Amino acid sequence: MRVFSIGLVISGIHLSMPLLFAAYGGLVSERSGVINIALEGMMLFGAFLGVAVTFWTGSPWLGLAAGVGLGILLGALHGLLSITVRADQIVSATAINLLALGVTAALIPTIWGQPGVSPTVARIPPVVLPGLSDLPLVGEIFAELSILDYVGFLMVPVAFYVLYRTPLGLRLRACGEVPEAAASTGVDVIRTRYLAVLTSGALAALGGVYLSLVQVGLFQRGMTQGRGFIALAAMIFGKWRPLPILAASLLLGFADAFQFRAQAVGLPLPHDLLLALPYLVALVALATFIGRATAPGAIGKPYVKD
Amino acid sequence: MPAPASSDGTDAPRERAVGVPMLEMRGITKRFPGVVANDRVDFDVHAGEVHSLLGENGAGKTTLMRILYGLYQPDEGEIRLEDGPVRIPSPSVAIHHGIGMIHQHFMLVPTLTVAENVALGLPSSRRPLTDLDRVGARIRELAETYGLRLEPEAYVWQLAVGERQRVEIMKALYRNASLLVLDEPTAVLTPQEVEDLFSTFRQLVEAGRGLVFISHKIHEVLSLSDRITVLRNGRTVGTVKPNATTRGELARMMVGRDVEGGKEHPPVEAGDPRLSITGLTVAGDRGNEAVRGLDIEVRGGEIVGIAGVSGNGQRELAEAIAGLRPVAAGSIRLDGAEVAGRSPAQVRDKGLAFVPEERMRDGLIGDFTVAENLMLTDHRDPRFASRGFLRFRAIRRHCADLVSRFDVRTPSLETHGRNLSGGNIQKLILARELSGKPRVLLVAQPTRGVDVGATEYIHDRLIEQRGRGTAILIISEDLDEVMALSDRIAVMYEGTVIGLVDRPRATRDGLGLMMAGVPPDRALG
Repeated sequence: MRVFSIGLVISGIHLSMPLLFAAYGGLVSERSGVINIALEGMMLFGAFLGVAVTFWTGSPWLGLAAGVGLGILLGALHGLLSITVRADQIVSATAINLLALGVTAALIPTIWGQPGVSPTVARIPPVVLPGLSDLPLVGEIFAELSILDYVGFLMVPVAFYVLYRTPLGLRLRACGEVPEAAASTGVDVIRTRYLAVLTSGALAALGGVYLSLVQVGLFQRGMTQGRGFIALAAMIFGKWRPLPILAASLLLGFADAFQFRAQAVGLPLPHDLLLALPYLVALVALATFIGRATAPGAIGKPYVKD
Repeated sequence: MPAPASSDGTDAPRERAVGVPMLEMRGITKRFPGVVANDRVDFDVHAGEVHSLLGENGAGKTTLMRILYGLYQPDEGEIRLEDGPVRIPSPSVAIHHGIGMIHQHFMLVPTLTVAENVALGLPSSRRPLTDLDRVGARIRELAETYGLRLEPEAYVWQLAVGERQRVEIMKALYRNASLLVLDEPTAVLTPQEVEDLFSTFRQLVEAGRGLVFISHKIHEVLSLSDRITVLRNGRTVGTVKPNATTRGELARMMVGRDVEGGKEHPPVEAGDPRLSITGLTVAGDRGNEAVRGLDIEVRGGEIVGIAGVSGNGQRELAEAIAGLRPVAAGSIRLDGAEVAGRSPAQVRDKGLAFVPEERMRDGLIGDFTVAENLMLTDHRDPRFASRGFLRFRAIRRHCADLVSRFDVRTPSLETHGRNLSGGNIQKLILARELSGKPRVLLVAQPTRGVDVGATEYIHDRLIEQRGRGTAILIISEDLDEVMALSDRIAVMYEGTVIGLVDRPRATRDGLGLMMAGVPPDRALG
């Protein structure tokens, strides 16, 4: 087995996809003016409920729906705290992150009778597109892609169009930059921000569901391992813009894939250094990131109507 | 004193005020905690007229119009439009009724284009996508009709203040507003830009729209209005016609007493240069050169005023002098000592005092008490701190003395800074800065948002300080203020001093032309 191969591409895509979903969740929320560092907790909750419902029903599709539904509920909670109650958005999100870690870990033994990890459940299968999977070289990649991978890649142009080519996107961006200006033209800032945070919860949870139901088919305590924060890094490194965020997610996902394969192949590098690689890449990316004033102008500031 | 508010005059050239007014506000009362912002105010507008609201800051003009625009709800009173009484719970309802508002602080999104700002909040004709090309075409049409030069594809952050204002007006026109409310629209414009704006207003009125012009500048109100209503302390003082009143009468109605105009300052022999700036270049927030090779000199006992349209590098210049912004090139000397690139504390030690432009943000700490704010610059002074502890008795005595000497109206020394009015905050900052007996005083926007009484007081203190031999540099967007205070006037344009004139040679028009970038040899003709 070599480090650089078709396998690296497949595993790179698989590892990028959760980051991409979560980072777009962050994008939508933050462009509307609400900071969402609860991506991590939303992912973890989504991953957990996805597996639990698949375990009970035998259907990963119901698991997917349940996980995303929980993400929307968490988005509503974050919205309630940060938009309506105007609590500090960092504190509200941190609460969700801590809650996710504790609640999911506590429920594993209750549901499955064993600590730490669930039994394996049915995974969301790859879609076989006749023709595509038979292509030389890249066919191998297509054979491994599930419907969620296609959804993920399709999400990029859709998000781009909604954000930059629709009145909804215009309102969303205005609410994140100068909510007073949006309100003065009759835009309902509160409603727009709620819509964004609910979408954000759904996308982040989808990232979590991808992790548990596409990649491995089980739930493990704390299995997101900070990927919600890595997604946040991808969003910032991508300057809150859809296409650069895609690039950043791929970079970080492929760094992770490289790390896995390097270990498997037994590259003469220290184990711990390899494990830390994706985080180091994220750190270097953020530290060398040039141009500061790219965050939405009203980010983190609750909107108060007089 | 109040003249009849109805349409009995027959001599006004544009008299069309007959029939039902397009807007009638009757008995409007609005209370805020501790203050009645509007007290039974009556106001009406007819189609085809400019009805001005004149009054000091805090007189209740903006509150009244925010009620009209649905941003506040009145506690009492009635709003009637042509079709009868209405309730306006939100701006979208106001827009629906054909009311457009141009806010004093622009309601624009800088990261969006002109067309996007105009389209914001409106349904698109090409749902679910935007129709920015059609919006742009309509903007060009309207711009052509009303002489509002605008580029629909330009980003708002790239625009100068005057252009941003045209975007605001465009937003209202695009929404087909028949009644336009303009809240202090001239505050940030050069005199020539004001003329252009007024001619646009006249066209709008000719086309049958109604205009409410809010201002505290008497000469502008006189030149533009068909009728003038004066507010003071939330009450209607009276409604007059411009040809039946005088500047003096309007000033009296506004302030409630006679106002001294244009005092002559005693001549002071200017001394040695205290502040010498040569070849100063400073980067702006966007990495551009906000100040470019600027030279200026201020001597002891003189006031140099810097006029200019905001955004021409004034803020960056002030911050560079105060040590708050890095200097890219050039020299700043205080009493001969180089201070460019030094820390604010080092610059202050050399004798600079600084009154910043954003007084709420940079001038004081809102959550600190009056006393704590007064100590912000002196907390290392051995009189007030010893062995690492503050000496509260000495501090209280010192602060009580400053508060009474500078007429800071505060309930106590323990009152939080944010609870003082704009004028009292400015007096507090001035008290703190002057208490250190500065060699050089730098004041940005000395009286912006400050009422007439406090303005007079602050001006007097600045003149007094000049008499003591301090070198004073004033940066102000208020041309009248610069002309009233300065011995020499520098006009800043695109980061440099485009012209420097002695006060006796300066004229409003000449300075205005220089503010628009015309070199002094042509501007002063």
